Parts: sequence; C-alpha cells; structure tokens
Amino acid sequence: MAKEKKNNTKNENVPEKTGAKIVIDTLLENGVKDCFGYPGGAILRVYDTIFHTSELKHYLVRHEQGAVHAAEGYARATGKLGVLITTSGPGATNIMTGLADAKMDSTPILAITGQVGTYEIGTDAFQEVDTYGMTIPITKYNALLKSPDDAARVTKEAIAVALSGRPGPSLIDFPKDVQNGLSSNYKDVKMRIPAFHVEKPEISGSVDEIINAINRSAKPVLYVGGGAVISNASRNIIELAEKAQIPVVSTLTGLGAFPGDHKLSLGMLGMHGTAYANKAVMECDFILSLGARFDDRVATNTEDFAKNAIKAQIDIDSAEIEKRVNVDFFISGDLNDVLQKINPQIESVSKSPWAEHVQKLKIAHPLAFDEGGSEIKPQQLIYELWKKTKGEAVIVTDVGQHQMWTAQFYPVKHPRQFICSSGLGTMGYGLPAAIGAKVGVPDKDVILISGDGSIQMNIQELGTAKMYNIPVKIILFNNGYLGMVRQWQELFFEERYSHSTMSGNPDFIKLAAAYDIPGKTIVSKKEIEEGLSFLLSSKGPCLLEVSIPWEEKVFPMIPAGRNYENMIEYEHKKDKGSLVSIIPHNPQK
Amino acid sequence: MKHLLSVLVRNHYGVLSHVSGLFTRRGYNIDSLSVGETDNPEYSIITMVVNEEPKMVRQIEKQLYKLVDVIKIEDLTQKESLQRELVVLTVETNRANRQEILALVEVFKGIIVDMTDSAVMIEMSSNPRRIETFIKVFSEYNIMQIARTGTIALEFPSGRSRKENSKESK
Ligand SMILES: Cc1ncc(C[n+]2csc(CCOP(=O)(O)OP(=O)(O)O)c2C)c(N)n1
Ligand SMILES: [Mg+2]
Repeated sequence: MAKEKKNNTKNENVPEKTGAKIVIDTLLENGVKDCFGYPGGAILRVYDTIFHTSELKHYLVRHEQGAVHAAEGYARATGKLGVLITTSGPGATNIMTGLADAKMDSTPILAITGQVGTYEIGTDAFQEVDTYGMTIPITKYNALLKSPDDAARVTKEAIAVALSGRPGPSLIDFPKDVQNGLSSNYKDVKMRIPAFHVEKPEISGSVDEIINAINRSAKPVLYVGGGAVISNASRNIIELAEKAQIPVVSTLTGLGAFPGDHKLSLGMLGMHGTAYANKAVMECDFILSLGARFDDRVATNTEDFAKNAIKAQIDIDSAEIEKRVNVDFFISGDLNDVLQKINPQIESVSKSPWAEHVQKLKIAHPLAFDEGGSEIKPQQLIYELWKKTKGEAVIVTDVGQHQMWTAQFYPVKHPRQFICSSGLGTMGYGLPAAIGAKVGVPDKDVILISGDGSIQMNIQELGTAKMYNIPVKIILFNNGYLGMVRQWQELFFEERYSHSTMSGNPDFIKLAAAYDIPGKTIVSKKEIEEGLSFLLSSKGPCLLEVSIPWEEKVFPMIPAGRNYENMIEYEHKKDKGSLVSIIPHNPQK
Repeated sequence: MKHLLSVLVRNHYGVLSHVSGLFTRRGYNIDSLSVGETDNPEYSIITMVVNEEPKMVRQIEKQLYKLVDVIKIEDLTQKESLQRELVVLTVETNRANRQEILALVEVFKGIIVDMTDSAVMIEMSSNPRRIETFIKVFSEYNIMQIARTGTIALEFPSGRSRKENSKESK
C-alpha cells in the first residue's frame, strides 16, 4: 500500500482536503475555468478530483504537446492563465517543447505534472523522470510539491509568477502520495517568494531624456513588441504615435498592438518585414522599443541596426535592456504605466514631413509577388481572407513560409489577434494553439493558417476539435515542401533540396473526413472566393486545403546576420506573370 | 575581470541547480562558487567569483534577479570586503626538506594538521591571492593531495559605515 504524506499543521476547525483537491480549488479561486490535459497513472487522483469538479472544464487532447500548445493559445488569446495537466514520465517529457515555447514568447501557462510517490523518487520508478530538473531552464517558476501542506502556497506562487511582470510558464510536479495526502493548511496561506518577484516594478530610468528625445527627433520610429500586447498598452501607443506623428513598426509578437491598417503602421520589421518598415528603420534618427527585445530576426546585425538613430528602450524585464543591442536611454517598468507618464509631455505635431516621407516609402516599396498563371498565390489568398473577414478574425499560424506571408498580408487590428510561435518557431504549434484560442474566445472566428509540414506535427488534434466541436477554421497551404527550408536551400545552398520535400503527404481531405471534419481543396485562382466562403460559413471545424506553387518564396528577406542594406525586396521573373503590388498597411480610403 | 557576487537566496533543494543552470545555459564564466546557510536556515548565501566584463556582470545580476529564489545580490568587487578561501594540502616530505617545508608553513601562517615521517598535511586560510602564492610555492614539492574551497566574502562594517556617512553628508 502506498504511504501517504501526513500533514504536520493540523487545523481543527478547517476540514482536511487531499493535496489534489487543494490544488484544483486554488485554481478555481484564481479564476481558472478551462484546462487541457491527458491522464495517466501518476495523476489519477487529480483526474478523480476533476471528475467531481464541474466548474473546471477539461479538454482531453490527443498528445500532451497538444495540451501545452492549447494552453498557450488560450493564454495568448485571452491574456489569462492557460492550464494543462499531464501524467509523469512521458506525459511530462511530451510538454517540454511547449514550456520552452511559452518561456520564449512570455506566455503565462501552468503545467501540473504527475510524479511518482515521494518515497520512490530517485529509484528509477516506473514512469519517473526528473521533471523538476529538466524544466529549470524552460520555466519561470517550477516546484516539486513535497507535502499537501504546501499545495495551496505553491499553486498560488506558480499562478502569480506565471502572470506577473514578464509572464511565462510555471510547473508544479505533483507526486502521487502528495495528491492523496490530507491537509487543512489551505486557507489564507501566504506566498513565500520575495514580493518583488510578483509585484509590478516601479518605473525607473531616463524618463525625461526619452520625452526630450521624442520631442526633438525629426525622424522617429516606434518599435513595438510582445510586451505591448501583454501590458495592454495599445491605446497609449496609438495616442503617442498620433500625437507626435510617429510611424510604427512591429515584431511578430507585437502585431496588433498597433492597428495594422492605421496610416502610421508599417507592419512587421526584420528578416521578413516589409521593405517600408525596414527602410524607415534604416533612415530614422530615433527608435523607441516598446516591449521588444532587439532579437536576431529584427536586429539581424547588432552593430548596424538603426545605425544612425538614438536608441531607447522601455521594458518591464530589465534584463532585456542592452542584452543584445546597446541603447542610449532606457526605462524599466510596465509599458502602459510608462506611456501614461510620457504621453502628456509629448508635443503635438500636426504635419510631419517624416510621416509623409514614410507614406511615400510604402508606395515606392510595396509588398510584391509574381501574379503567376491560374495557380493560387498564397499572398493573394491571405489578402482576400483579410478583406472578407474585415481584418477581424483571430489568426493563428504554424511555422514556415505561410506564417510569414500571413504576418505580411493579414494586418491584424487588435492585440491578441495574431497568435503564433515566434521565439521558438515551433512547427506543430498551430492546430492545438488554435483550439486553445477558440476555447478562450468562443465568440470570435479563429482561423488557423498552417503548412503541410507543420500540420502533420500535431494533426492528431483534429480529434480534439471534433470531440468538443471546437470550430477552428483551418487553411492548409500545401506546397508539398518544408517550404521555408526549401527557400533557404534554394538561396544559400545552390538548390540542393536535401530532405525538404514532403512526398508521401496524405490526402488531407480524406484525413479530415476520417475525423468527420468537412474539407475542400482549391487549386486555381477562380476558386478562391468559393473556398473562403466554404471556410467562413462552416459551423464546426473545417479544412480548406490550398494548393500553391512549390517554388513560391517569402520576400522581402534579409539574410541571417546581414544588415538591412542587404534586403532582397522581391524577385520578379517575367515568365511568371506581371508583378502584383500590395500595400496591406494602408488605410483603404 | 573578476567580480565577486554575494547572492542571498531562499534555502531549498533546487536553488543551486537554478543558479548554476543559469551559468551553463548562458555561457557565463564562473571561477568559483560556494554555498552556505546563513544564521537563519531559511536563507543561504551563494558567493561566486565571475570572470566577465562589467557589462556582462550587470546582465548576470539581472538574470539572477529573475530567479524567484533570489532575494538580494551584492557586488562586493568595488566594496571593501574581507575575502577568504581555505586550502588543505598534503605534501611529501623527507629528512632533507622537512625543515624547509615547516619554515614555509610558518611564513604563510599555515597550520600543520597531521604529519607522518613521509608527509605533512597543511591547512591555510587567507585571501585568494595569498592562497594562489601558497599553492605555487608548495608546487615546488610533491603535492600528494589538495582540496580548496571557493571564495567567501563579507563587506567590512567599517567600510559600510564610512560610505553611508559620506552619502548623508552629500
Ligand atoms: C519542430 C520544428 N522542426 C523543424 C523546424 C525547422 N523549420 C522551419 S520552417 C520549416 C518548414 C515548414 O514547412 P510547412 O509547415 O510545410 O510550411 P511552409 O514553409 O511550407 O509554408 C521547418 C522544417 C521548426 N521550425 N520546428
Ligand atoms: Mg509546406
């Protein structure tokens, strides 16, 4: 018989609860309503508690990686905590990718993993792995829960740390005997971590200098990152940009923090950013980072990035300040609070020659692709989707060319409207994240844009979408290739396409049909309208497979490590039809 | 450049893994690391000698502050502090060199903790630099075994009050 952990602080007036019940109740007290997971031997007591807890809705995924990405999608779409539950051993190792993903993209999730009994830890027991040790570098907070007396405190800490400051993943490793053990120590328990880890930090740094720099600069640019979404700073960013007529560029995670269709929006910058965003960065004399981290896809070359500009940075995580690129001024603090302080002191500009110049950059350097023949160009389909959905759908993508085309041609308008794996670039993120997002925001259209490679990494989650009738709308760009890999091989490895073809792809429509999910394939331009109508009018989950030319590439492109002068704007091949130019980041007036 | 950091942490099983993990993961160079409980068993002090440029050391401090178990970090490099290391070594001796060795131990104010007719075991505690010299001197002989701690350090109370006074007078 399994030994059970006894409680040491017996409180006569408070009824005892199992460790499992304390953890679940603490989740409920903190507003958790949904979770994703997969049961197994070392987590059965928790699942038994869930069986009795109707306030907590649990979604059974088909693979634990699906659970962690669903929790991420849920958190990204709502700003709330995403929760997932798995068993020990393989259940825990299957979520490693998602934890690392959430760490990179600052996504607040909480993983609860079963563990062998405390009396068995270290004996290589059945399904034992060192989950605690393995997750140290990929969590913001992790704990091995050793006694039911600590269950409430540790759960509170895990939730608070995941959501506070720069958010991230927390993990509680939960041994069997601690799940079963009893304790009455769960009322009004206090956290034991130092307060500064969970409280909003004070604003510190060069506030006046940054105000002056904004007011004095002739050619300023705002560089918006994921922190802008997290701190709910959109309204103040719009105010700042409009007041001083400052053009805005965005990172992949920042998309939507500033409306993509705003006159001052230049879309995404960096490796696959728009030419006008990158040119504005090259020309500017002042660049202000708002919750962005000068990563290598943006500051492709740290020496030359915005070479002539005074650089300034606002971030809640002071370790991000000067991590890669040196800045002249910085403020650490919550972005929205900082902007509230700064904005009143910004001088209004009615007419800005710089902003007008930047509008001309858009016209001179639009996004462009070869029209081709009758085949469908992915850029065009995405732009049509944008028009048909009035730019209002929640967009989730996988990783690859389709992700970049979507970032370019579907300018989202709102924060939390564009969801993808940015920092880790996790193929297979899309489908489960879209499911999680739809669970989080059931009233919005959630559209997944995926690739034939990526979707096969977590295709089993079609079963989850079907089981709970979660109406994710899937657009699958089928180019028969790991397209992004193929593009690099074409450009940098003299067309040696080493293991980047996906021959052996299944019939995706039949595959969806096997899950009783309706599907449709389109191959020619004239079918775009019909295909999108099918997608948008479907009530349940559905799949639109779009066959696209295998040789299509993503442009603009700045090769890795090179500076912005090396940007390739587009490649025009005369035999591939005339050049189509689109400026998605222009108000349609 | 060598920096001496004193890190106050919550004392529990995973702390050292978190701290050392940070160093491996981000490739920071660490010369020595020593851990011990404080007077309050809930807290430990980790003293580390980091060999990095000042800008990198600031980054290390900020990364350390992100670990939830870290309560306070002090950079003792620029402060007046007492620094101590302990080395214990066993040197082979013979009739001819024994007197010479004992004289050197005397010079370094070491302690003879054990002795046979063919070896002496010597204990010496001092600042890292004198420990280096001590080891260098004894490597002229046959060092049979050696064990050495990392640096621990504490700011001088007199140094601290001097600084605080000058702050107030400003
Ligand atoms: C898990 C994982 N493995 C490998 C990669 C490297 N990789 C980046 S994009 C890509 C190809 C993606 O193919 P697909 O989903 O078909 O998208 P496409 O580029 O064709 O649009 C690969 C293999 C990755 N990002 N993630
Ligand atoms: Mg593909």
